[in-house]
Amino acid sequence: MDTGTTAWLLTSSALVLFMTPGLAFFYGGLVRGKNVVNTIMLSFMAMAVVGVAWIVWGYSLAFGGANEFIGNFDFIGFRDVDANAGPDAGYSSMIVAIFQMMFAIITPALITGAVAERFKFKTYLVFLLIWMTVVYAPIAHWVWGDGGWIGGIGASDFAGGTVVHINAAMAAVAAAILVGKRRGIPNGIEAHNVPYVVLGAGILWFGWFGFNAGSALAADGVAVNAFLVTNTAAAMGALTWVLLSYLTTGKASAVGAASGAVAGLVAITPAAGDVGAMGSLGVGLGAGILTWLVVKYRHKLMFDDALDVFAIHGIGGIWGALATAIFAVGGIGVIDGEFGLLWANFRAVAATIGYSFVMTFVILKVLDYVPGLGLRVEETEEDGGLDIAEHGERGYVGDGAD
Amino acid sequence: MIKIEAIVRPERVNLVIAALEDAGCTGYHLFNITGAGQQRGVEVFTGRGAGTVVRTALPKTLISTVIPDDMKDSVIEAIVGAARSAGDGAIGDGKIFISKMDEVVRVRTGESGDIAL
Repeated sequence: MDTGTTAWLLTSSALVLFMTPGLAFFYGGLVRGKNVVNTIMLSFMAMAVVGVAWIVWGYSLAFGGANEFIGNFDFIGFRDVDANAGPDAGYSSMIVAIFQMMFAIITPALITGAVAERFKFKTYLVFLLIWMTVVYAPIAHWVWGDGGWIGGIGASDFAGGTVVHINAAMAAVAAAILVGKRRGIPNGIEAHNVPYVVLGAGILWFGWFGFNAGSALAADGVAVNAFLVTNTAAAMGALTWVLLSYLTTGKASAVGAASGAVAGLVAITPAAGDVGAMGSLGVGLGAGILTWLVVKYRHKLMFDDALDVFAIHGIGGIWGALATAIFAVGGIGVIDGEFGLLWANFRAVAATIGYSFVMTFVILKVLDYVPGLGLRVEETEEDGGLDIAEHGERGYVGDGAD
Repeated sequence: MIKIEAIVRPERVNLVIAALEDAGCTGYHLFNITGAGQQRGVEVFTGRGAGTVVRTALPKTLISTVIPDDMKDSVIEAIVGAARSAGDGAIGDGKIFISKMDEVVRVRTGESGDIAL
């Protein structure tokens, strides 16, 4: 066990965990003020629920055994997860299990943007447990587990573009379809707290260094390169959105800058191990343009993906997976005339889209019929805001009494 | 007694308050309000900066005070002087509403009428 690697992976794990409260503020600022507590809680409770379930069975289901499709029960309750040694000389089994837990936490939290402002909180807690178990764990195994089939076909997903972003985005689409559109907002809503949005995006950007550079699983040159291309793609994504915002409206939207940065980060996630500095500019530029177009024409979508999870994480993630194969260095990318990686990544993306969408749809359809659960809050609760209805708390107390 | 309710630009509030105090007005209160008059609203994004722009009400400040009848002209002059934009003023500088006030009571002493102001 290498102490440098261990120190970096512990640090990276903390950085990735910090992304989830960052996401809470990013999403919290985008909703209306009457739903800010609820929106933040959706992300925060992923830390609580998955933080427990991952230890008890999640890690084992994702990383036990050497099956092609799913893990086993070898590591139930973190049994036999060694803090001092592992299959790799550089790091122990437990540090990887910790690092992976943080990815399992943020992925379902990403979905909540699609159902914000109307999803029933009790049902969400149950959904978190089931979704992590039957959707996240298998897909994580496909890509990163021993013998996983996506890893086996030579697809390249460095830090989780398919497992985290495309997976969350397709679950978000299924959830948005089933939960239905929000009431009474024909013109969309104005972000109620733009500083929260920018703060959240800044925390995500910061945490993403752990997400991507940590995924090198070593404190080495791959990690350094991943760090650089992560920052470059985020910067290029933000720049692209602001320029597009300027060109079309004459104003430089801060929410747009934050969205563009996140889009760039999503897209660089699968590519961070394979592209160089100039390639990451292309990744960020493409992500900015594509996600901007989808957000601009979001009203043409048949579902109300409240906070554009599909646009940012779905389109950004799919672009990232394909861009990885386009811009990869070392003679494996389309820029060198090689199409094998593109085909492998395409299959990985298609499988993730299909599995995540169908399974999420089935889970939510069942939860909708379970007595006492159901997907959506009452109309009066939605109108009055979920903060009071679901949590008995308000984001902003303005009664004039102390 | 009369009640003065002046809607002014938020950026003019400090000037208006200083002018009110110079005119001998002893108390006032402020409300942050939004609304629209001839100036209409302001354009804001609802589409994450990707080009969906809608019109919404403008922020304004309402200054409310109650004064004796004989101060009416000087107080109105003070507010207009401080709230009007440079030059000949501009649409959006605000409005002053004036109404009769029947009675006022000071909580501490129970006094009423002009002396309670």
